[in-house]
Amino acid sequence: MGMTLTEKILAKHAGRDRVEPGELILAKVDLALGNDVTSPIAIDAVRKLGVREVFDREKIALVPDHFAPNKDIKSAGQMKMMREFAREYGIVNYFEVGRMGIEHVLLPDEGLVVPGDLVIGADSHTCTYGALCAFSTGVGSTDLAAAMISGEVWLKVPSTLRIVLSGKPGKWVEGKDVILHIIGKIGVDGALYQAMEYAGDGLASLPMAWRFTISNMAIEAGAKNGIFPFDGATRAYADARAKRTFEIVTADKDAKYAAEMGVDLSALEPQVAFPHLPENTKPLSQVGNVPVDQVVVGSCTNGRIEDLRSAASVLRGRKVHDGVRMLIFPATQEIYLQAMREGLMEVFVTAGAAFSTPTCGPCLGGHMGVLAKGERAIATTNRNFVGRMGHPESEVYLANPAIAAASAVLGRIGSPDEIR
Amino acid sequence: MKLKGKAWKYGDDVDTDVIIPARYLNTSDPAELAKHCMEDIDAEYAAKVSPGDFIVAGKNFGCGSSREHAPISIKASGASAVIARSFARIFYRNSFNMGLPIFEAPQAVDEIDKGDLLSVDMESGLLRNETKRKEYRIVPVPPFMQELVAAGGLLNYVSARRKGK
Ligand code: SF4
Repeated sequence: MGMTLTEKILAKHAGRDRVEPGELILAKVDLALGNDVTSPIAIDAVRKLGVREVFDREKIALVPDHFAPNKDIKSAGQMKMMREFAREYGIVNYFEVGRMGIEHVLLPDEGLVVPGDLVIGADSHTCTYGALCAFSTGVGSTDLAAAMISGEVWLKVPSTLRIVLSGKPGKWVEGKDVILHIIGKIGVDGALYQAMEYAGDGLASLPMAWRFTISNMAIEAGAKNGIFPFDGATRAYADARAKRTFEIVTADKDAKYAAEMGVDLSALEPQVAFPHLPENTKPLSQVGNVPVDQVVVGSCTNGRIEDLRSAASVLRGRKVHDGVRMLIFPATQEIYLQAMREGLMEVFVTAGAAFSTPTCGPCLGGHMGVLAKGERAIATTNRNFVGRMGHPESEVYLANPAIAAASAVLGRIGSPDEIR
Repeated sequence: MKLKGKAWKYGDDVDTDVIIPARYLNTSDPAELAKHCMEDIDAEYAAKVSPGDFIVAGKNFGCGSSREHAPISIKASGASAVIARSFARIFYRNSFNMGLPIFEAPQAVDEIDKGDLLSVDMESGLLRNETKRKEYRIVPVPPFMQELVAAGGLLNYVSARRKGK
């Protein structure tokens, strides 16, 4: 019997002809990732074991992004620990402030993740790279330490949920709405321990930026990974960026899927996830009157140039509402530069929005936009848990960049069509 | 190994942001993290938990971020194990990698109330609700995981394999 995309990639990296869902395997990693929150624990472990050399200096990426630029003295210490480790152990892919970005946008853009790869990262949104037809999943710091030493990771082969996309998305609908809709349908544990594999003729209208957004939020459905098949869009992206050669992996025709669901893109409306779970989604038309204090566009979910363009197209020539603070976080320095070249920065600043250096910052309530008690935000990020962006009694609503931008102008959650 | 203590009961989808809020992630010191464990859903927990107590919760416990700070803070708070209907996958692997026992026991969870006295015999795979005088079988640990546990956690396992090469 045939194998799914995920099974094929896992089998190859475990040195096996085939793997079955439920099996535990030891697999080789092409890249192991850590950030300023998760790698200090891993670094401590590597040092404590007396290990003086990592398995491969080029296959580890360390990205300070959560509390970078250093938010306080403690985080400065964590960042210093990473920097010193990177220098001492000769880690090639360490990205200093000024040359960095949010890890999950930075690594594929830098060509460090290529199709067919097996990537683990001590960050739950490592699943983002599934957009590139790679297997990638989030692990803990101890897994990262083990992988830095051995180049291997233990994995349980997931069963696969196949999601067949059809139709063309309508106005103001983006990748974010596709994944919010799916999570709304299956719930935050709807794909627990599973792989989500996308298929169908709807793929043709999904640009890479949208696929990254969709794979990024696989974890919000409890999934291990969210993977797209290789096609022309993948080819164009990889040819322009990949720093290594790659082999194209395809799912077998007779692959066995645990379940299948269909999504008709043409029937989708923009979606909004209400507090405090990403599964609490409503179509925009049913949101009602929800005033907001803060609007955030950015993060590993929606901080790409396409996202900034979408927000800017709504904001151009308009002003952010008096009662609203709007914060824009390009995900990488490259995107920052591109936004400058295209004049997007000017659009944002003239509209009265703040434009920041790349960081995770407000996405996790870290810094640069933390919410006070009772405040409400709409954000293009991926989580709206209790206290995620600040005070436990603050609220986060999730949406795509165009809806976020429209909400900034309206002072309440709404559609670009409502602005005159 | 036998574990014994009282139950702290929570609902479904307890995420890592409430187990240990991101605002405390500028440190990885277990004692420091333990002080804020469960703070955003239960301000009492960290102050009143006794060594050996259990966290008991519904489905998808530990969903959200990959922060190992979550199982670290639970372990350092003195809790002996987490019992839930199901676990989010990264939390599941983190707990194993660092030696915090976790058990999936849906029926037991439904019948446990806050404050019940519980005991777990890890060898025989038996969970007892002493208060309610009820017994439950718990899902056995997969063999590969047992190997990890026997080696003293993932890092010892990896370093033993490394020396063997
Ligand atoms: S942007 Fe948010 S979700 Fe993405 S890696 Fe940073 S903190 Fe995590």
